[in-house]
Amino acid sequence: MPIIEKMICITCPMGCTLEVTREGETLLSVEGNTCKRGPEYIKRELTDPRRMVASTVRVRGGIHPLVPVYTAAPVPKPRIFELLVQLREIELEAPVVMNQVVLEDVFGEGIKVITSRDMPRQGD
Amino acid sequence: MVQTLKTHYDVIVIGAGPGGLAAAIEAKKNGADDVLMIDRDLELGGILLQCIHNGFGVETFKEDLPGPSYAQRFINEAQTVGIDYLLDTIVLDVTPERKVYTTGARTGFKELTAKAIVLSMGCRERTRAQIRIPGPRPAGVFTAGTAQRWVNVEGYMPGSRFVILGSGDIGMIMARRLTFEGAKVERVLEVMPYLSGLSRNYVQCLLDFDITLQLQHTVKRIIGKERVEAIEAVAVDDKWQFIPGTEEVIPCDTLLLSVGLIPENELSKKAGVNLDPVTAGPIVDDGFLTSVPGIFAAGNVVHVYDLVDWVTQAGRTAGKRAAMYATGCCNLEPMYVPTKAGDNVRYVVPHRLDPEILTQDSIMLQMRVTRPLEQPVTVQVTDGDTLIARKVERYARPGEMVSLTLKGKDYEAVRKAKELRVSVVPK
Repeated sequence: MPIIEKMICITCPMGCTLEVTREGETLLSVEGNTCKRGPEYIKRELTDPRRMVASTVRVRGGIHPLVPVYTAAPVPKPRIFELLVQLREIELEAPVVMNQVVLEDVFGEGIKVITSRDMPRQGD
Repeated sequence: MVQTLKTHYDVIVIGAGPGGLAAAIEAKKNGADDVLMIDRDLELGGILLQCIHNGFGVETFKEDLPGPSYAQRFINEAQTVGIDYLLDTIVLDVTPERKVYTTGARTGFKELTAKAIVLSMGCRERTRAQIRIPGPRPAGVFTAGTAQRWVNVEGYMPGSRFVILGSGDIGMIMARRLTFEGAKVERVLEVMPYLSGLSRNYVQCLLDFDITLQLQHTVKRIIGKERVEAIEAVAVDDKWQFIPGTEEVIPCDTLLLSVGLIPENELSKKAGVNLDPVTAGPIVDDGFLTSVPGIFAAGNVVHVYDLVDWVTQAGRTAGKRAAMYATGCCNLEPMYVPTKAGDNVRYVVPHRLDPEILTQDSIMLQMRVTRPLEQPVTVQVTDGDTLIARKVERYARPGEMVSLTLKGKDYEAVRKAKELRVSVVPK
């Protein structure tokens, strides 16, 4: 039996409400999207939901005790907390520059975790 | 930084968040040689620095960036184009004659003057005092933005079991962030019958982590002596009256408030700038010029935006016009046409516009609707019976800004109009 449900697309801030018809993980139709990213999002959401993750890691000697980091690409939603545990182990040394790689290869998928800003050394 | 602080500048920008950074850069690019930014924080970037989540820059850079990265790009550009800035410095006063009085540990008290000023102080969060929650005053009641600064920048966790009042974006984003850091978010309560933030944040911040959102619910009272021990939630009717018998005590140690933002205009008032009681921000024209000659305002200080990209765009416009004002190449006495909030529109920015601008540039009218319409809507500009411009949107929600851009083709109609009445009605 096909299931019809409403899902909100999270690709952009517009947040279109999409009417999704599916049978299990098989997508039958998507309506209500204003761009082609809508159906693509739903397809992925049904089979391999992913999210961008932003958090912080410790930094020694910086103007703040933390530096913000984020995944360069979306990671599997069910494994977000696993990634957060790995990030808690990390401590950087200031100065840090934006886009510095913090984790090289999340879950063996080649996705990097990078810093989202410079973190100058305290006193510089 | 500032090598040698001058006493006179072409353009002084107050506040170095996204609005101020964009204004300063654009002023410099448009012929203002001496541009100074002043900020009370220890670094440039404003509140973006604590907004570590993604979602910034989709309009501006066609990229999905975290707040600090979005800020860093503008900080780097400001340094490249050679803008002076004073940090750790507070502006005490601004006069209608464009004198700026500042003080800071490094510079001491200073009197500066400018040919043009851009006010970009942003906005502040509403606090417990402004929503009048009864009960004792234990520790553990914070605004969502304060908690965000502690968690993301300073490395403090303000509690372990949270209730969040208000479904604004900051509240929902903090619900996810606190969950990431090991806290339990027991509930998000929203007094309105609809979400006040973006719907995608409902999905990726609340639904993803099974955090319950209750619409038409609020906090009836706070329980706890030294520290919050629980809050009593209650359902409300359409007039925000408590519905007896729906009370629920939710144990928690922290209550976060995400109950709206108010443009920060203490300095604007000192400068004699007229404010709009609806937006709580300055009354502005199409170039974000306020009621005081040479004083412009950009970003959340004018009205609260939901996307930083629009703040940047406002900053760019204000910065460009401030440079034109400072270099003496703008029309000082335009024949303004006023805008008016019509059907289902709470307010329109700008409040008045110079039709002559349409001969060279487009003008974006920005507005918020009063009630949500989950159906195709017509956004229209009329003058009496004359239709001047219209467009169709799929829906209109109070939490999401609606815009309509007037273009060159609208020039004749706008020039002849007595007023521009803007409405958002079912199609």
